[in-house]
Amino acid sequence: MNSTIALFLLQDGVINGAIYALLGVTLVLIFAVTRVIFVPQGEFAAWGALTLASLESGATPGTALLLVVLGVSAAVVETIRERASMRPARLGVMAVRDVAMPIALLLIVSTIAPTKPALWLSVLLTLALVVPLGPLVYRLAFQPIADATVLTLFIAAIGVHFAMIGLGLIFFGAEGFRNEPFIAGVFPLGPLMFKGQSLVILAATAALLAALWFFFEHSMLGKALRATAINRLGARLVGIPTRATGRIAFALAAAIGALSGTLIGSLTTISYDSGFIISLKGFVAAIAAGLASYPVTVVAAIGVGVLESFAAFFASAYKEVIVFSLIIPLLIWRSLVTAHHDEEEE
Amino acid sequence: MRQSIRIALLSGGVCLVGTTTLAQVNVGITVSQTGPAAALGIPQKNSVAQLPKEIAGQKVDYVVLDDATDPTKAVANARKMIAENKIDYLIGSSATPATMALVDVAAETKTPYCAMVPSKAVVDPVDEKRKWTFKAPQNDAIMAESLAEHMAANGVKSVAFLGFTDGYGQGWLEEVEKAMPAKGIKITAVERFQRTDTSVTGQVLKILASSPDAVLIAASGTVAVMPQKTIKEQGYNKPIYQTHGVGTMDFVRVGGKDVDGTVFPAGPVVVADLLPDSHPSKKVGLEYIKAYEANNKTPFAVFGAHLADCMSIAANSVKPALEKGKPGTAEFRSGLRDAIETTKELPATHGVYNYSPTDHAGLDNRSRVLIKIVNGKWTLLP
Repeated sequence: MNSTIALFLLQDGVINGAIYALLGVTLVLIFAVTRVIFVPQGEFAAWGALTLASLESGATPGTALLLVVLGVSAAVVETIRERASMRPARLGVMAVRDVAMPIALLLIVSTIAPTKPALWLSVLLTLALVVPLGPLVYRLAFQPIADATVLTLFIAAIGVHFAMIGLGLIFFGAEGFRNEPFIAGVFPLGPLMFKGQSLVILAATAALLAALWFFFEHSMLGKALRATAINRLGARLVGIPTRATGRIAFALAAAIGALSGTLIGSLTTISYDSGFIISLKGFVAAIAAGLASYPVTVVAAIGVGVLESFAAFFASAYKEVIVFSLIIPLLIWRSLVTAHHDEEEE
Repeated sequence: MRQSIRIALLSGGVCLVGTTTLAQVNVGITVSQTGPAAALGIPQKNSVAQLPKEIAGQKVDYVVLDDATDPTKAVANARKMIAENKIDYLIGSSATPATMALVDVAAETKTPYCAMVPSKAVVDPVDEKRKWTFKAPQNDAIMAESLAEHMAANGVKSVAFLGFTDGYGQGWLEEVEKAMPAKGIKITAVERFQRTDTSVTGQVLKILASSPDAVLIAASGTVAVMPQKTIKEQGYNKPIYQTHGVGTMDFVRVGGKDVDGTVFPAGPVVVADLLPDSHPSKKVGLEYIKAYEANNKTPFAVFGAHLADCMSIAANSVKPALEKGKPGTAEFRSGLRDAIETTKELPATHGVYNYSPTDHAGLDNRSRVLIKIVNGKWTLLP
């Protein structure tokens, strides 16, 4: 091992860590706003990468059809569940938002896809397809039990994870895909070689984190999300619609997930079940931050990436063991330093 | 879901009625249509439609269940089919853990059983338990030896190994550690990676530091592209070998120019159209592919051909077994097992089967060819 190898490993670790950071931050965000430990976050990443891959190959992505299916189900389920208080205006909103818009998107995508659209357009279409899935998942699975305990929500999240894995298999098939890099080519810097895509990942992560910071600190919507995170009841009392904040949190999660998917899609082969392990590493970072602090999550995620990369060099067979064992001392440390408050008592 | 269970139960019931009124051979198949081995289980399930409907004057009925790559579910499926459908022959499953579990079920219920995974441990040694199990895919040893021969012939003196941390990588590592030194090839580094890894830079740096003459990647499917791409990016331009796990066009589709020049072993069916006419697997292989692609409108995958081979083995043995007893009886099942064990020179899609009381793997060197990827196309190496 010499310094060049160490630098290579460090670079590799930081880039992977950047992706874990994005996923870790969304886990913290969702947990803070809705108290859901969102296990299936990685699926959004996988779906983002697979949707982009379908568009690149000129096929209509499975997510377009999935969006219609989920949209119609959400509309039907909500109408039945709230039939007593259902007003024509809300029915109209749902008909447009959950039925008409997904069908319109499906038609648009299936006309554009065969022309193999430019990369920026493909990425935009990918986001347009995956982002609405976030709120739909929230409405179908979590909204009806929004006031349940963290444990119940967690169990529901595991169920959603399996459902999403199964849907991914149906809509994308079992084979893996790889995307074109956003920027092809390699840039030498001293002894190091930076892949164009690595630079894109670092830049996109930094930009997204900055945008999130701005959103939470300086926008009304972001402040409403923070208020809900701090105290749901209080937020409701001052007129913040907590249902809407849940949907917004999930839309953000789907957006960041899909974007991280399109970023890693050119580095590795992504198949319908690739997302889970990636988000699990983000989860390790989120745990290190006590599911509360965004900056600590980012630092911890990069730490996880670097640890993983060095573990791969020194003991590749035990790499995952090393990374996931990390969570045990972290949990012990957290339970020692944080004052214990039992939120189940509410 | 409940609906589909009801339909499954109902059709199970119909089969039960069927067996009591009409002598017919029942074949039970459990494959992984969902779960991690779905890429294997789906083409296997898709191959069922083209299996023979009648053998030696007997109607043949197939029951197909999904085990979701779960050994417990596979065992439950097998027991259900044995008890309710009175199956005479069991085929399954798509991944090694479930297959290992089925070996016990087959022995306990005395049902002849055909496995579709390459692990040697499934049928070796042939003891009281494994007596009922036969294996269709090639041993990893056959594949590893072919690579060692090619390396030795091309002046490769040392090789580094980069494989999955799971059973596939472990099985290959064991065979490589035997086959390579036997040809005088030194193993310079052994590194492992996970199917789900997003980066193998660490492993590749360590491998390249050991400066091998060639690198062997033991991974399967499109995941095998990523390590090869990483190796190329680090400026390595010596030969890269892969295993038969990459024998799908998806590998070339995903890998593009990064996988050009790769050499890997495969069952003959993979390149059936390129085989010389004298090759015993050419005719069977082409027939299989034609029927599969006509039925499914998708390209065939090598895993489905194992299912067809399992059925060829049984089909060849139904006639002698009928002399022992009627289908559905213990006599027929044990007759079928005995007949399969004496199979000689049976051409199938993956090679030529010769079973014996001590060898339930049955394949020899005719069961593998070496393929080189040239300009995004497979070419057959002599």
